[in-house]
Amino acid sequence: MSYQIPKFRHPELPVNDLGYTRAAYEGSISTLCAGCGHDSISGAIVRACHELSIEPHKIAKLSGIGCSSKTPTYFLGKSHGFNSVHGRMPSVVTGAAMANRDLLYLGVSGDGDTASIGMGQFAHVIRRNLNMVYIVMNNGCYGLTKGQDSATADEGSAGKKGDANPFSAIDLCGTALQLGATFVARSFSGDKEQLIPLIKAAMSHRGFALIDVISPCVTFNNTAASTKSYEFVREHAEATGTVDFVPMRKEITTRYTAGAAHEVTMHDGSVLHLYKDSDTLDPFDRRSAMMALMDHQQDGTVLTGLIYLDKDSRDLHDVLETAHRPLNQLDETDLCPGNKMLMNINASLR
Amino acid sequence: MKRLESVNDFVIKFANVNGTGSASANNLFAKALFRMGLPVSPKNIFPSNIQGLPTWYEVRVSEKGYLGRRGGVDISLSVNPQSMAQDIREVEPGGYFIYDDTKPLDLRLQRRDITFIGLPLTRICNENYRDPRQRQLFKNVIYVGALAALLDMDFRVLTDLVADQFKGKEKLILPNIQALELGHQYARENYQCPIGIRVQSVDKVGDKILLDGNTALGLGAIYGGATVAAWYPITPSTSVVDAFDKYARRVRIDPGTGRRNYAIVQAEDELAAIGMVIGASWNGARAFTATSGPGLSLMSEFLGLAYFAEIPTVLFDVQRAGPSTGMPTRTQQSDVLSAAYASHGDTKHVLLFPSTPRECFDFGALSFDLAERLQTPIILMTDLDLGMNDNMSPPLEWDDQRRYDRGKVLKAEQLEAMERYGRYLDVDGDAICYRTYPGAHPDKGAFFTRGSSRDEYAIYTEKGEEYEKNMLRLLQKWDTIKEYVPGPEIISCGKPTDMAVLYFGTSEESSREAVDYLAEEGIALDAMRVRAFPFNKQVEDFIDSHERVFVIEQNRDAQLRTLLMAEFELGPDKLKSVLCFDGTPISARNIRKQILEHLPGNNVTPLHRKVKVGGAGEIA
Repeated sequence: MSYQIPKFRHPELPVNDLGYTRAAYEGSISTLCAGCGHDSISGAIVRACHELSIEPHKIAKLSGIGCSSKTPTYFLGKSHGFNSVHGRMPSVVTGAAMANRDLLYLGVSGDGDTASIGMGQFAHVIRRNLNMVYIVMNNGCYGLTKGQDSATADEGSAGKKGDANPFSAIDLCGTALQLGATFVARSFSGDKEQLIPLIKAAMSHRGFALIDVISPCVTFNNTAASTKSYEFVREHAEATGTVDFVPMRKEITTRYTAGAAHEVTMHDGSVLHLYKDSDTLDPFDRRSAMMALMDHQQDGTVLTGLIYLDKDSRDLHDVLETAHRPLNQLDETDLCPGNKMLMNINASLR
Repeated sequence: MKRLESVNDFVIKFANVNGTGSASANNLFAKALFRMGLPVSPKNIFPSNIQGLPTWYEVRVSEKGYLGRRGGVDISLSVNPQSMAQDIREVEPGGYFIYDDTKPLDLRLQRRDITFIGLPLTRICNENYRDPRQRQLFKNVIYVGALAALLDMDFRVLTDLVADQFKGKEKLILPNIQALELGHQYARENYQCPIGIRVQSVDKVGDKILLDGNTALGLGAIYGGATVAAWYPITPSTSVVDAFDKYARRVRIDPGTGRRNYAIVQAEDELAAIGMVIGASWNGARAFTATSGPGLSLMSEFLGLAYFAEIPTVLFDVQRAGPSTGMPTRTQQSDVLSAAYASHGDTKHVLLFPSTPRECFDFGALSFDLAERLQTPIILMTDLDLGMNDNMSPPLEWDDQRRYDRGKVLKAEQLEAMERYGRYLDVDGDAICYRTYPGAHPDKGAFFTRGSSRDEYAIYTEKGEEYEKNMLRLLQKWDTIKEYVPGPEIISCGKPTDMAVLYFGTSEESSREAVDYLAEEGIALDAMRVRAFPFNKQVEDFIDSHERVFVIEQNRDAQLRTLLMAEFELGPDKLKSVLCFDGTPISARNIRKQILEHLPGNNVTPLHRKVKVGGAGEIA
């Protein structure tokens, strides 16, 4: 195990439109267990942000508490980060997003942080359709306190301790759909080809974008009896289709077979190409998405990929009709009505 | 029987049923007296309920300008049979009981030492109105009309007020004036007017205004530049955000786009509300929440984060009677300790104690400057009495030259010139470090905010010495804070004395009145009103220079006294408690009585702390 990120970089690393190599999007070295799924997700976030040519300081990364919530230290070292309190990241992001609508808000949480202690805030940030990306690093257990079952552990699944979980699991994607989420995806930390375009699409979505990423805990929940192990997920994952993401202003170079791909123009002008593998799922129809989730759950398979997208969603700033200028840029001249107005108020109170 | 007689000096209490529209009629009565130039202090005593339970409205009129609760009731006006027995019992000997005598009074309720005045309110309404809702609403206006005659009020003032109140709804003006006249006429024709207690126009209010503290706080947030309000509804704080909303809709609309230069988010609970405030403040906006005791408890964890991570946070706590749900619509000053030390671990928070609507406005706006300058939570402690009642107050003022103090924030140019930025590095010795907003600079100034231990460069560390260094710096910052928070207001009695009273917030008016009573009895007391925690040097010096200090507060456990003892390491003998915690505002008579009991010679100082209750009908 290494304790420092080597400073050496290949001299011909590819640069993005801003002239940055991927190194500009990396963070400190991870202190998670070797082989932890979360590190792969951090890597996917780095690649997605690099390939989208987002200025690193224009992202704010926020998290709650737990192994997953430690990861923002391990990516986007030039971004402001906020490791808040357990289960309360959504409220902190909500406030931050109200203060400055121009940044990209990336929330990282875990299954305990989201589905147990943070269930209330998770539900309500979805209802408000806050413009943010919400990544759940979902390993079905509490890693940092040594492997207790979490609320997303499937019934009957067993971790290192060996006891089968007796409770029904909370399906975060299903819950999000029911609560009105406008972008819902599920992926697997071991499938970067799928995860990276999904992160890019989520970042281009205006409104709340959930990516529930199954991310095995190698130390406590990667057992033969676990449904969140690498092996189980590899064997039981069924993708909704392939997603290809073309950022705004990029020329579309790949040739797509007519009819095979569904082309979606995102809010920021980027284009999403969606190759459907499933005959039953229509990812633009909430009911169809909910049905597909339930069908897979019944079959004991894990549905991955883009599950639902409402590209015309109205985010919280639209609903509240907040100013186009970020609120944190307003000063006395914009905000203070002055003494004359106060004198009128006084007069009305006599 | 000797009837009470007075001019411009009495307490009247209205007994109503809630949800019957009595509040606006009672307000009309109080405001009319105010417009006659009389200092008034109306207080609503209402249930946690929307319709059907007893509610009272007490108005004190005092030409001398005493605005606190005096204690005792001189005139009781009852339109609620549910509480009639209690209302009759409360009247001072020689006082007056005005009631609806459409049905005869239960003989068992008769008292020989007070005057009963019957007004057939139900009959008058039934004769004049067909609609049941009108019968109910106008009943209230009719008794105000009758009072105008009985007390010799200026009837023109009342009719002008009605015209002002219904501006824009002109067709309501005439029916209301007619109702006033119905009552006025009946009283004049059937009773000798005025009764022993009466009013006359004076000019004792000057340029003062009549305003509730919550509205003043909402305005303070507007003027203080708040752009984000996050909250969860809870009595008695709800009207703070209502007021912010009301004025923001008027003055915070961007002229070019019609969009809003503010955001109000009704959160799912108080935890989320304070989380939003912290997120917004972290990101450089001025944000606030308003809550009451139960909400403060829920916000504790986040307050610890804001203290430790040093994020400006503004919280308005409109206190009510606790613990737990307590009496949600009654007043207390009982969150002092839970606010001062909110959250686990070693935490201390800045508290501000306004005592008038003007101070709610001033301190409300100041909170944002202090929060950003000091990078810590500012908890403004008001209460239901100040927040939800109309209080007579100096007018609100704003200096148009004033600029917001945004505290230590590094912008891109400054970061550009820096070698290495340290978020928790004290570079100038006041223990307050420089912040940066997210997005400030492409390469410099980014840091990780966390509630876990970190070094001066915001890098996670579990080294004990780094943790300790940071905690000691926070303690040093506590000393810096003392220079910024409002100092106490000290009133010397002008005579040499080794005794004093100390009070804060809404105990002010009653305390000062009690000090006047005691002065008349030859007991000289200096007085100090504490306006903030941490206590600064002046507070310490004042206590040091007196042998005995009576600490007046509205809670059971003498919370401010505990705080003073802990912070100044005082022994228990020096500070004596004067307490009231029955949910009504502390009265002057109650304070006087408790101080007298503490004095040597009265020899009643018990070994253990003795608890005094000052109820509504309490008479000195």
